[in-house]
Amino acid sequence: MGVLSAVLQSRAAAALASPHSVDRFLEQVNPLWAAHEVRGRVVDVRRETTGVHPVSTLTVQPTSTWRGHRAGQHVQVGVDLPGARRATRCFSVSSAASGPGERFTLTVRAHDDGDERTSLSRHLATAATPGTLLHLSQAGGEFTMHATPATPSPHPVLLISGGSGITPVMSMLRTLLRDGYDGRAGRPVTFLHYARSAAEQIYAEELAAIARFDNHVDVRVVHTGAGGQRFGPAALARLVPGFRDTDTWACGPTGLVQAVQAAYDGSERLRVEHFKAPASPLGAEEAEGETSFARSGLGAANTGETLLAQAEALGLRPQTGCRMGICFSCTTRKTSGTVRDVVTGEESARPDEDVRICVSAPVGSCTVDL
Amino acid sequence: MTSTTTSSPRLTPVQLDALGAEMDAIRQRVLADLGEADADYIHGVVRLQRRLEVAGRALFYLPPAWPLAVAALSVSKILDNMEIGHNVMHGQYDWMGEPGLSSRMYEWDNVCPSEQWRYSHNYIHHTFTNVLGKDRDIGYGILRMDEDQPWHPYYLGNPVYAFLLMVFFEWGVAMHDLEVENIVAGRRSLADNKALHAGIMRKVRRQALKDYVLFPALTGPFFPLTLAGNATANLVRNVWAFNIIFCGHFPAGVATFSEGECEDESRGHWYYRQLLGSANIDGGSLFHLMTGNLSFQVEHHLFPDLPARRYPEISGEVREICERYGLPYNTGPLGKQLLSVARKICRLALPDRRREQPSQAAEQPAAA
Repeated sequence: MGVLSAVLQSRAAAALASPHSVDRFLEQVNPLWAAHEVRGRVVDVRRETTGVHPVSTLTVQPTSTWRGHRAGQHVQVGVDLPGARRATRCFSVSSAASGPGERFTLTVRAHDDGDERTSLSRHLATAATPGTLLHLSQAGGEFTMHATPATPSPHPVLLISGGSGITPVMSMLRTLLRDGYDGRAGRPVTFLHYARSAAEQIYAEELAAIARFDNHVDVRVVHTGAGGQRFGPAALARLVPGFRDTDTWACGPTGLVQAVQAAYDGSERLRVEHFKAPASPLGAEEAEGETSFARSGLGAANTGETLLAQAEALGLRPQTGCRMGICFSCTTRKTSGTVRDVVTGEESARPDEDVRICVSAPVGSCTVDL
Repeated sequence: MTSTTTSSPRLTPVQLDALGAEMDAIRQRVLADLGEADADYIHGVVRLQRRLEVAGRALFYLPPAWPLAVAALSVSKILDNMEIGHNVMHGQYDWMGEPGLSSRMYEWDNVCPSEQWRYSHNYIHHTFTNVLGKDRDIGYGILRMDEDQPWHPYYLGNPVYAFLLMVFFEWGVAMHDLEVENIVAGRRSLADNKALHAGIMRKVRRQALKDYVLFPALTGPFFPLTLAGNATANLVRNVWAFNIIFCGHFPAGVATFSEGECEDESRGHWYYRQLLGSANIDGGSLFHLMTGNLSFQVEHHLFPDLPARRYPEISGEVREICERYGLPYNTGPLGKQLLSVARKICRLALPDRRREQPSQAAEQPAAA
């Protein structure tokens, strides 16, 4: 694709295809041909767990436009669900760091985001088959190991995850091991994971194998539903003395991430990622005022939830994507009022400001153009 | 015409509410039924448009096939602007969540920037349809299309202006937002337009570069032929779009409204106004495709955000509702509607003959 893709990506090609993008023509021939956009085809599906929330790992062959990913990054995945409705969500890449155009894997747990028919994660985890077309973004996110791939960190590494939050740290661990990490560099890796039960534990065999090898990787899996102790600073200090001075990556549900943040007490060695944005920064009792949706003429008392949740509660179906403040698909004009970012806690009162409604909760009365 | 006060049946508030409820029910039913078939349809139209565009561009390398190339490119531009562009930008396919068919992102093959068009068309025209003084699509600020627009000697040129607007229709649409007539009248300042210029110029440059420089240059020795062909295709699209669109609101029997009539109007009155303010064109399914289903202008104005392919299937129901409420359902063959529009353009060039008399039902609604 070298010369051809350079031609297709050129300004001349864009001018000839204008006002449409070159991709609007290429996709008519083959969905895996693209000059700018990234798409992928599922080439393999592996069921990790079964049950109410089954988990599957999908191997994806991306278009040549895929620039690769660093361990820990995520990608937006759009899928056409039954009824011709495309939904988009963010997933961490679970395989080791990839290069341009290289295959990667996504590990997806079936959640009921929205009703069953519109749940993208359930569709991917249970109905995706080899051949399923995915509409992707480039990999993004700063929850990564920097430095060179072979020596991501010159120091000991601590990876903490809970539930589905295992995927980005698994990508880090796999990258370390693939790129020749053998423990002799004097920087042991501790992999601490919290799962509800052994049945819901994904990558169990692989983790057991990694634990068995002589590689200075200490794998600790805690099953909280089976009497395992929840995360606490004392237990962590026994496992990794001086953890606050250890390079740590933590990813999981909000409760776990907040507990880890409290344990680290502001240490710069800690990097975290929520895999789900907190629903509300305010208690329902604190929320006041009226949330108004100008275009539809709807409104209700402010519940303190995100604008997206309040809009959906009123029956509105605004465009959404990741639902965690990453993809900007839901960006909407806020005409008045103050909103708080539920992830960072930052407040903003600027009128006529574009906000991501999935992570913005109104503080008092607020009007948005929906 | 202020025919609402004379010839059009007036409905009581109770009747209007009932009419609104019936229309809302149709809308809800179609919305609940949207799915694969609608997606397949629009994907099929897009595929056809892309193929025609590629075929048209390629056929310019074969000079004897010039008429064929122009035909393919003209149809491609018409499909792009009407069944795809106009309808996608109305948000008819937003429910699919496909960026390429999203009203917020779609850009059409036209010198009018889609963002500006969405404001003047989706908001101003569709909200204030046929409200004199509000709906700037009545005469596009250039023509006299209604008796209640006071006559002025300027309007003697009405047919000439209409002809020019037809030939340069995409430019007229692009200039529409600049509200030149309001600048002349001192109601708008040139500074108000500054923000719009960049967007229009960008679209103008892109079309000129593509149709009048790059593609002609790519055909080498056939440069002039390709240039002429591309210009012809743009012209054909202009003429076609102008005629279809003027048949939508200006044939005899279509009502206009005063601002007073529409203050605090109910949902039922809004539907009533859309019904009386629009006119359909009869034709076959190929014809409807080529008009972007704007041949179902009545249904389009009632339900601007429903996929246009649904208009034919609900038109029977709308017509039946009209009969029950005694409302005219304005439709006719293309020739008849065009003639009716042309007569109006010419007649309104002259001062009104019977200005003092209340305009009686001189214009019967076209046969339903």
